[in-house]
Amino acid sequence: MPYKLVCGLEIHAELKTKSKMFCACKNDPFGAPAPNTHTCPVCLGMPGALPVANRQAIERTIKLGLALNCQVNLFSKFDRKNYFYPDLPKGYQISQYDIPFCYDGYVETSEGKVRIHRIHLEEDTAKLSHQDIDLDGDGVLDKATLVDFNRSSVPLVEIVTEADIISPTQAKEYGQKLRQIMRYLDIADCDMEKGGMRLEANISLRREGKNELPDYKVECKNINSFKFLEAAINYEITRQTEILQNGGVPTQETRGYNPTTGKTFAQRSKEDAADYRYFPDPDLPPLEFTAEQIEAWRQELPELPEARALRLATTYSLNIQSAQSLTRQRLEADFFESVLTLAKQENLDCQKLVNALLNKKITFSLQDLPSKVLASFQTAFASQTVDENKLTAVLQQVLSNNPDAVEKYRAGKTAVLGFLVGQTMRELGKQTDVNQVREQLVKMLD
Amino acid sequence: MKLNELTLKESLDKLAKKEIKIEEIYQDLDSAYQAKNSKLNIYLSHNDVALEQAKKASHKPLRGLPIAVKDNFCTRDLLTTASTKILEEFQPQYESTVTKRLLESGGILYGKTNMDAWAHGSSTETSDFGPTLNPCNPAHLPGGSSGGSAAAVAADLAAAAIGSETAGSIRQPAAWCGVVGLKPTYGRVSRFGVAAMASSTDSPGPLAKTVEDAAILLNSFAGPDERDGTCSRNKAPDFSQAIGQSIKGLKIGVIYQDIKELASTNQILVEQLQILRELGAAVETVQAMDPHFAIGVYTVVQRAEVSSNLARYDGIRYGLDRSHFGAEAKKRIMLGTYTLTKGRADQYYNLAQKVRTLYLQDYQRLFQKYDVLVSATSPSYAKELGASLDAAMFGELEDMLLEASSVSGLPGVNVPFYRDEKTNLYLGASFIAPMWQEEKVIKVADAFEKNTKWNSWRNK
Repeated sequence: MPYKLVCGLEIHAELKTKSKMFCACKNDPFGAPAPNTHTCPVCLGMPGALPVANRQAIERTIKLGLALNCQVNLFSKFDRKNYFYPDLPKGYQISQYDIPFCYDGYVETSEGKVRIHRIHLEEDTAKLSHQDIDLDGDGVLDKATLVDFNRSSVPLVEIVTEADIISPTQAKEYGQKLRQIMRYLDIADCDMEKGGMRLEANISLRREGKNELPDYKVECKNINSFKFLEAAINYEITRQTEILQNGGVPTQETRGYNPTTGKTFAQRSKEDAADYRYFPDPDLPPLEFTAEQIEAWRQELPELPEARALRLATTYSLNIQSAQSLTRQRLEADFFESVLTLAKQENLDCQKLVNALLNKKITFSLQDLPSKVLASFQTAFASQTVDENKLTAVLQQVLSNNPDAVEKYRAGKTAVLGFLVGQTMRELGKQTDVNQVREQLVKMLD
Repeated sequence: MKLNELTLKESLDKLAKKEIKIEEIYQDLDSAYQAKNSKLNIYLSHNDVALEQAKKASHKPLRGLPIAVKDNFCTRDLLTTASTKILEEFQPQYESTVTKRLLESGGILYGKTNMDAWAHGSSTETSDFGPTLNPCNPAHLPGGSSGGSAAAVAADLAAAAIGSETAGSIRQPAAWCGVVGLKPTYGRVSRFGVAAMASSTDSPGPLAKTVEDAAILLNSFAGPDERDGTCSRNKAPDFSQAIGQSIKGLKIGVIYQDIKELASTNQILVEQLQILRELGAAVETVQAMDPHFAIGVYTVVQRAEVSSNLARYDGIRYGLDRSHFGAEAKKRIMLGTYTLTKGRADQYYNLAQKVRTLYLQDYQRLFQKYDVLVSATSPSYAKELGASLDAAMFGELEDMLLEASSVSGLPGVNVPFYRDEKTNLYLGASFIAPMWQEEKVIKVADAFEKNTKWNSWRNK
């Protein structure tokens, strides 16, 4: 192909916070009992109602920036983005224009680095639903648009990349990583079906060998899954290649993606592009942070999936692929790690255990105790039973070699049991039935 | 003497001593209201149960006294129109912080007063519900935008009133109606529930018969409010402590702008300020930055904010659509939209913000040397009815002496300094101080008021 993809992503995600971005209303648009129940004069944009910025949302945005290796602006502010739409009660959206909270970060993917241009915080709009309702009671359905303000002013982060993405698969991988990180940070649910995370791709093509950015770009909106993201980009590559090969230039425009046809379609051309007349929101004083504050937030970050996978691989001698599989979600990773910790103590074959767990060769739930998981692992994997006399002899040896541990155990610190099992297993080999060892050991200690 | 003619302080004292009853005040007030309101067009709405509410408030600081409130403060019990057709039937489901605190302090909302529509203007002539007439001389305008509140005080139709100022909207109508108007520091009083005009300068404040009344009323509603992010977190002082203090040794700078239209007003002002010297203050004439630039800064910034603040009245949620905006609002929306347009913002909005900084610096320089600055509030007496209608920049020119201090957020007080006997119209002086130092202007204005004859209530 003579053309190469030039692609950047703009991803919006609704933040998980107690209250909305600028008022005390509950931030729970999906859990609300009925439309327009989590509302107040502020998120309804009533006369004289004033916004007050949500600290938790700001903290979470900056933590996301730190997790994505961003710089943080110590001075920042909110601006008004002015435009009319029925879902925007004030006639402007409070957003950030020239001084976003975070800038210049990156996410590593298997196809290279994707640089983050900026991350800013804004408020979500109300939700419109277009329905046919009999408004005037004449028995004939009328076209109506209903507005639900439960979503109005829910905190929304926008993460904008540089045009670094070179393939549809990289776009997908980046999006998945971003979602994974936000979930690790526990700052967003990123439920794409409900609109908790929204994808937009800026797509253009340049001739192979050229470095400058193309002089047009096509913005693709309404994409609500990573699969569709990949498909939309693929479709655009084909569409734009054809235009370019015929000597044309694709129109700079906004296109939607139709998952049914798998095609994109024109929505709005450049001529209609709005001038948002940004200016600093006079209702919200500028924000200043200290370097110490930012550093404190950095310290609070949890270990992120990539680092965790690497650490698990090293600590438990796992291959990196299985370590990555274990760390996809934070709660799962916590569970797997507790199982691995005990397995290592007991000198088991961790890779074999992980394979069994990942391939669902043994049944378990995230609530299970690690010892229970190890027991079923041992049961399932035909461990060799040991001659009882031999076992007793080895155990006696282990106990007499470790009088401290024995004493601790008898003093009630039963956690040393794992250590003693491990010592025994080392003598007998990893194939040994750890259940048998443990039972016998407990008998002898008691 | 009718009891509605008492000052707020006199009423409080007499009520405390049980010399009068709250019912007697309302009796006199209600008959004055019947006699004057339809003629002067001061109140747009009237609280029919004011007296019942007042009786229940006798134990609170304001003892149930009737207060007039500008119609841009959202009130649960009275419609809030901002003098516009668009909000003609708007009944807020929430209370502005100022009126909430007023009610908690035992003030009674006697009615909502007429104003320039959306507070756009300095005449009260741009109200969609007709102009208010100046009680001192009904052939003249009351000024604005808080013209109804100033007139309510001047006509003895309230013990005191509440207005809001963006650049002159409390002090200029106070000057034209011969009453006291106090514009607090920006951020001293919560803007929550006040239909926004220019958010970066809007300041609610009291209009009253005396400086002391204004201080007492301000005490009831000033101070931190978590619902307004621009409101100071520092507790407000007791402003009435500044009443009756000596001004000996204070340094007062007279901003004497060499502008033709001001010549005669300035001459009288300088003569009248002589009393401050006699009271022991050092009074000097000072040069301040040309006020004409402030007209530009204010016009650009305010139009920009207006164009955005009025966007919510898009016809979806309120009764009438955008075609029902008055001519003044339409002009401001278009100008503001233009100045924020891409490519124009640097030329207008951003430039205006830079000049605003220059004014801040100029005031910093002046306040290194002076405790208080003073100038005339308005270039001249109240203009005649109709004067604003063909004057595109009417308000900006009438408020030219106040815009610089408004865009700088400074507190100021208007006190009358002269009355023309032929017309019964007043001139007002505006004392200003550094941010958060309301006590200084209250102290000087109070001393000036008590030692001159221009306060009409003191002589009643």
